Amino acid sequence: MALTIASREVNGVTVLDLSGRITLGEGSVQLRDAIRGLISKGQKSILLNLAEVNYIDGSGLGELVSAFTTAKNQQAEVKLLKLTKKVHDLLQLTKLYTVFDIQEDEAGAIDSFK
Amino acid sequence: MSEAKAGRLTLTLKSTMESVDEIEAAAEKLAAESGLDENERFHVSMAAREAAVNAVLHGNEYDPAKLVFASFENTGAALVMTIADQGKGLDPDSLPDPLAPENLLRGSGRGIFLIRSFMDEIHFRQLHPGTELTLVKHLATAHKKS
Repeated sequence: MALTIASREVNGVTVLDLSGRITLGEGSVQLRDAIRGLISKGQKSILLNLAEVNYIDGSGLGELVSAFTTAKNQQAEVKLLKLTKKVHDLLQLTKLYTVFDIQEDEAGAIDSFK
Repeated sequence: MSEAKAGRLTLTLKSTMESVDEIEAAAEKLAAESGLDENERFHVSMAAREAAVNAVLHGNEYDPAKLVFASFENTGAALVMTIADQGKGLDPDSLPDPLAPENLLRGSGRGIFLIRSFMDEIHFRQLHPGTELTLVKHLATAHKKS
């Protein structure tokens, strides 16, 4: 299943609801374009809702890291929301759990940007 | 192009993303038919995907003149998959540790680490030109874990 991305605004935070797979190729490119597009428009607070993402490969993990660093370099912030068990385990295995701010609750995640 | 011979499936594929998906699907099928649980199936298919990405992207560099060769076999004791490219060759000892603090924020370089984490054995063979990866999942070990 390819990646789909839906965007919404909640109290100044852009929430990207991702669904499907973040893998080398189309999925990674879509995510990269979405993040860069938001940052180029001056958006500083981006929340990636991964509740419906059940698969990320090594390249997809790299794309998440790139999103994090791209945002940081532009004084913006990317946080992750609602990891599935598979994605949670992958982030722990690769120690990326220590890099990202990972939130379980959307309201709390939105507040955390303030 | 595919060939199934005495329980062993072999594929000869172009250096494309479609080939990566095909190798992943073949690994998923092999793992499912062996009775592995959902978590172990995920590990086997993702390891195969990472090896295929290495072959297509880093080995053959999407060169249409170069092919990827894959095989899938259940020996009864283990699942054995080979994925080979015709690229410049891969020195596994030269790969940076993706868990080292200085490498954590790199956008690439996690593929071989993931394969090592998910499979029981990984072997590298230099083909001159190219590299062949052999990935092994011991079935007894996998069943015990589940």
